[in-house]
Amino acid sequence: MICLKRSAPSRHLWKEGLISSICTLVSRVVGAMKSQASHPRTFSRGLQTVTLIPGDGIGPEISTAVMKIFEAAKAPIQWEERNVTAIKGPGGKWMIPTEAKDSMDKSKIGLKGPLKTPIAAGHPSMNLLLRKTFDLYANVRPCVSIEGYKTPYTDVDLVTIRENTEGEYSGIEHVIVDGVVQSIKLITEEASQRIAEYAFEYARNNQRASVTAVHKANIMRMSDGLFLRKCREVAENFKDIKFTEMYLDTVCLNMVQDPTQFDVLVMPNLYGDILSDLCAGLIGGLGVTPSGNIGANGVAIFESVHGTAPDIAGKDLANPTALLLSAVMMLRHMGLHGQAKKIETACFDTIRDKKVLTKDLGGNSKCSEFTGEICRRVQDME
Amino acid sequence: MAASSAALSLPKVFRPVLGLGRSGNPAKVWAAAASCRREKSTFVPPPAKYGGRHTVTLIPGDGIGPELLNHVRELFRFSCVPVDFEVVNVNSSVATEDDIHNAITAIRRNGVALKGNIETNHNMPPSHKSRNNLLRTSLDLFANMMHCQSLPGVQTRHKNIDIIIIRENTEGEYSSLEHESVSGVVESLKIITRYNSLRIADYAFRLAREKGRRRVTAVHKANIMKLADGLFLQCCKEVASGYPDIQFDSMIVDNTTMQLVSKPHQFDVMVMPNLYGNVVSNVCAGLVGGPGLVPGANYGTNYAVFETATRNTGKSIADKNIANPTAMLLASCLMLDHLRLHDYANMIRGAVLTTMNETRLHTADIGGQGTTSEVVQSVMKNIQSGGPLTTEQI
Repeated sequence: MICLKRSAPSRHLWKEGLISSICTLVSRVVGAMKSQASHPRTFSRGLQTVTLIPGDGIGPEISTAVMKIFEAAKAPIQWEERNVTAIKGPGGKWMIPTEAKDSMDKSKIGLKGPLKTPIAAGHPSMNLLLRKTFDLYANVRPCVSIEGYKTPYTDVDLVTIRENTEGEYSGIEHVIVDGVVQSIKLITEEASQRIAEYAFEYARNNQRASVTAVHKANIMRMSDGLFLRKCREVAENFKDIKFTEMYLDTVCLNMVQDPTQFDVLVMPNLYGDILSDLCAGLIGGLGVTPSGNIGANGVAIFESVHGTAPDIAGKDLANPTALLLSAVMMLRHMGLHGQAKKIETACFDTIRDKKVLTKDLGGNSKCSEFTGEICRRVQDME
Repeated sequence: MAASSAALSLPKVFRPVLGLGRSGNPAKVWAAAASCRREKSTFVPPPAKYGGRHTVTLIPGDGIGPELLNHVRELFRFSCVPVDFEVVNVNSSVATEDDIHNAITAIRRNGVALKGNIETNHNMPPSHKSRNNLLRTSLDLFANMMHCQSLPGVQTRHKNIDIIIIRENTEGEYSSLEHESVSGVVESLKIITRYNSLRIADYAFRLAREKGRRRVTAVHKANIMKLADGLFLQCCKEVASGYPDIQFDSMIVDNTTMQLVSKPHQFDVMVMPNLYGNVVSNVCAGLVGGPGLVPGANYGTNYAVFETATRNTGKSIADKNIANPTAMLLASCLMLDHLRLHDYANMIRGAVLTTMNETRLHTADIGGQGTTSEVVQSVMKNIQSGGPLTTEQI
């Protein structure tokens, strides 16, 4: 930020005023330019560092698969592998290891495999810890039907954007008297504004035509009403994008009958959880669904949302599609659209061909064979 | 069932609370109930019967409600069903709650109601509560029952679905208890009580037993809402222990919706709190063909209200003669079953299903070109061709 040094004492007060107003104007312009440039970013030269968190179970093998494919595609990505475990920091608070946090803060982009949540470990789930550490307020899940992986639903092409920090998952619960429990759903103006703004910006940056707010304001008048109000306010600033509102039950009803009528959906935490999994089910399940978490300060972590599958871990049977598509989403977020398209096309072509498929997709090839096939296609595209 | 057993049934709800399992005696009572021709167990048919004719409260509601309920009345008149309707109009646009309280009083008087959905304008201030919700909580209609069955004549992606969904209807997220602690920070309370959870679980298991169903699945989110949904799940487990012949399992709600759209045949009977019930019942209704096909019933200890399962107002298709009357007609059949007029219920139900499956006269929502009145005429024709009900039958 440029700042002109003012001489003191100055005899001409009007000169002081003029210089300070120029200062403010310049800083505002630079600030505006910075916020414009945050999504999407373009890395035209040099390698971009990405923090890779392989995870547990099948995590390491699918991460290796993704790295191999990126190498074959000559993507300008430099991977920095880190592990996350819950450690107790000063003051007794659970946190992630400092190396992991520092790496993420520097690179701002992360790719994460599945993390196991041990029961009765005494610490909150790792996913929750990551969410709190980096204030990952938006969970984005694009659901696109995969040609070649048949489900009863074809032509699905929608994106669910879910508020990830508050709502029904605030974790504030009390036993009032024995046998009566109250769970608090928290909706704040700030979080609702933030998620609505992100949803509209996402729609604009990805050429989506409409944004639908999903709510139940007929029953939860104040909370969902506040969420809805904020969405309407933000919609005023994005006149190029169509804004509609729909009740949660109507969305569910219409989604299973005709998913093509939906484009971008934005909603609070619980509805987002249910709807994003519903949409994942439409395209074939969590094994083929990408997911991204956007945080404050430009941090973004892309992840596969399936489990760690301990029963097939280390046996070269895992399906890396979910992590691969999340990595493709990451490339798009970074502005590397060409590379993203190349890798995505190779992946979809492999699945469409049906010659080399992992077990969950209906074939009986190994993970390494599937990966090798995608690498071959990527190289053929050069 | 005799009034005394209805009185006996209430204390039975408390048995799981005291930690006592089901003893042999209640099993005999249930067996007697199961042998009775119709289901829905302990509910006493309402007393509003004069000259052999029942009086039922009719609430037209908004949107497609009035026209569909007119068709129901027309059909009942045509079929000589001994039911008279007491129409109570509820104006949803006024701020006062007099209309809905009149309706509630009428239902208390008659014991049974058939209603269309009353619109809730969600842009009104929070003091203007949802009329439908007010009705359900005032009459303590704690169980919402929805039977989703694939109709062979209707084209859907999934075939042969047969799921019963039982949803807690009075508490949970629909408690309407909200406050703004500080400007811009709103809290909404979700209340789960042991009493209501036990009650709905008990209802679910009894219904499963009476209908000969093998499995009950509880839908919850207890991994996140550990205390609230944890309590619900615990109550379901307690009640399940008293029904060893019925398999009990549980599933998290997001996984449930994912499984419903990919493998819906794994589900049998499902029980859940209010909001998840809303989501799951709409997903299932969509799976079997849409909101125009599935009837729903709300049962309380003393009252019963019947409506369409997905509770849509259908504003955009109101008065255009294109709405699907199937859901409302089947709901009226459920009502007739509740009044023990089983023969009339079976007659009308059979006629409706013949129209759907054999004549295949479909309205626009399920891909056909018929109008509402054409469908109702076809149903009447089917009833007429069945011949009059003889005195032996009635």
